[in-house]
Amino acid sequence: MLEVEDLTVEVGGREIIHDVSFNIDIGETLALFGPNGSGKTTLLMAIMGFPRYEVTRGRILFNREDITHLPVDERSRMGIGILFQRPPVVRGVKMREMVRACLGGREDGAVIEQLAQQANMVELLDREVNYGFSGGEVKRSELLQLIAQSPEFVLLDEPDSGVDLVNISLVGEMINDLLQKDRMRNRTSSGLIITHTGHILDYVSVDRACVLLNGGIWCRGNPREILTSIKSHGYEGCAVCQK
Amino acid sequence: MSEITRSKATGERAQKVQGKTAPPADDIDLDAYTSVAEEHPYQEDPSRLPPQAKERILESGVTLDNLAQRSGTFLQIDHSVIHSKAQQGGLEVMSSLEALEKYPWLSDYWWQAVSADADKFTAEAERNQHHGYFIRSLPGTKAIQPVQACLYLAQHGLAQNVHNVIIAEEDSELHIITGCATAKMEREGLHIGISEFYVKKGAKVTFTMIHNWAPKMAVRPRSGIIIEEGSVFLSNYVCLKPVRTLQMYPTARCVGENALVRFNSVLVAAPGTTMDVGSRAILGARGSRAEIVSRVITTGGSIIARGHLVGQVADVKGHLECRGLILSEKGTIHAIPELEGLVEGVDLSHEAAVGKIAEEEIEYLMARGLSRDEAVAVIVRGFLSVDIEGLPPELSAQMQRAIDMSEQELL
Repeated sequence: MLEVEDLTVEVGGREIIHDVSFNIDIGETLALFGPNGSGKTTLLMAIMGFPRYEVTRGRILFNREDITHLPVDERSRMGIGILFQRPPVVRGVKMREMVRACLGGREDGAVIEQLAQQANMVELLDREVNYGFSGGEVKRSELLQLIAQSPEFVLLDEPDSGVDLVNISLVGEMINDLLQKDRMRNRTSSGLIITHTGHILDYVSVDRACVLLNGGIWCRGNPREILTSIKSHGYEGCAVCQK
Repeated sequence: MSEITRSKATGERAQKVQGKTAPPADDIDLDAYTSVAEEHPYQEDPSRLPPQAKERILESGVTLDNLAQRSGTFLQIDHSVIHSKAQQGGLEVMSSLEALEKYPWLSDYWWQAVSADADKFTAEAERNQHHGYFIRSLPGTKAIQPVQACLYLAQHGLAQNVHNVIIAEEDSELHIITGCATAKMEREGLHIGISEFYVKKGAKVTFTMIHNWAPKMAVRPRSGIIIEEGSVFLSNYVCLKPVRTLQMYPTARCVGENALVRFNSVLVAAPGTTMDVGSRAILGARGSRAEIVSRVITTGGSIIARGHLVGQVADVKGHLECRGLILSEKGTIHAIPELEGLVEGVDLSHEAAVGKIAEEEIEYLMARGLSRDEAVAVIVRGFLSVDIEGLPPELSAQMQRAIDMSEQELL
């Protein structure tokens, strides 16, 4: 579904991601571990197509189509969605409008209410987007928007950061819903989850994992094994481990 | 005070300021406009107005077709009152000149909330008044539907000077929607609108004014509001259409304990439009509160967005918020928030922000599948939709309709 080939990304003239390659199949979920500043968010932003993140080498294929230079809204309409770690506040715009926009502008109040109910977010529908939201509310709002958008492929940037124990299980449920984790076969949604701590993996199962260090992929393998190793030795352990 | 002495006193005061301008908006030559207007006949059924006029009036939020949507109607074209009627018991709706004749006591209110000698425009209205409305809710009356008032300018080059007086008697509730419009976009004219509000003890008034002028119109509203103990005044002002020059600075005085005033303004300045608009609240009694919120957008015109809170006694609270968006290289916004605390124990605050739409917000919406233009439209629509507490749903919907209609042109 997603193929990233030798991708190099610059931000403000500074190279952050160097020759990164990986692919994610249909129905598969990949976890991306890495310490702060390793380039995880930059990689996600580049895949989503934000203009500040300039691809200087390599390419990104989505469903075999080269999307490397497509604008962000086209990528979104092709079926790529993103959960922002720190989304901006959009004053004046209500969550209800945002969800409606994610549904493609269809004026269906009942569907919006129903989706919000599932996300335990009915009370947030009339609030301005991300304005005064708690950490958990930000993530639930992001996931509600994504569920309304129903993308084939989701980029999840630290869905577990700043989320308390009560919220993390709900966040996990919503991600599982988004990634069709209830289906054992014929799953059509795929995802890439960035996690610094790995907490979300207690709630969401992933198929494979990579570690990103200093803008390059350091290792790939079984998510549990990699996480256990990171928990024991920290990312410093990864640095001494050979590629 | 008798009417004769009133006229003499205010007339003399007004005469002194006939040359006095109202800075800093550009000056207006009163002699450039005619005050001779063609008479328009009274209409028993305002829904029979020509469709074009009805459409322009509708754009300013006033619906003439559905009687069930209003508790009273006042319609003035140029200098002629063509319809005035109260549809609910306990309400009075008529020409203010007619009211002045009918009720000698009205002179006690005349030019009390707005000073006749404030500037040359008030002086001109005092000297040369062309009706305006008188709306009064009797004690205890609760109007469910709004009174709809429309001041319409049809004749090219005309000066329309109206004087409105609104009285909400004790424990009454009154909702007013005023639409001001011109017949055709090319119309040139001057509108001077004096509005005096008296909100008595325990009363509530919501006043929604939608201006739908034309690119060559000069507009000078002058409003004063007196708010008594435990009463509420909510004002919503919307001006999204081009107007050559608009200057207003309505002033509310909270004279009774626990009085509440809230001003919301939504303005859009197109190229060629100059707006100098503010709201002022003078908190003169304990427990009184004020909130002034303005959202302004320039697409090429210039806007001065003012706000002024004055805390005269202890235990008062006021907040002022101004947000401005510049959507064009040529537009300017100058926000001037003023807080004036005159004693210990006042709580006044303000926040102001002027700039362009944050790129980060546009991209955020684009990541949800919206094109850049759609993202900007959603953000601008959100920006313009000021939450208004206390408006009846129908009035709220009417105001939103007027905003939506203008937005389509704006975007």
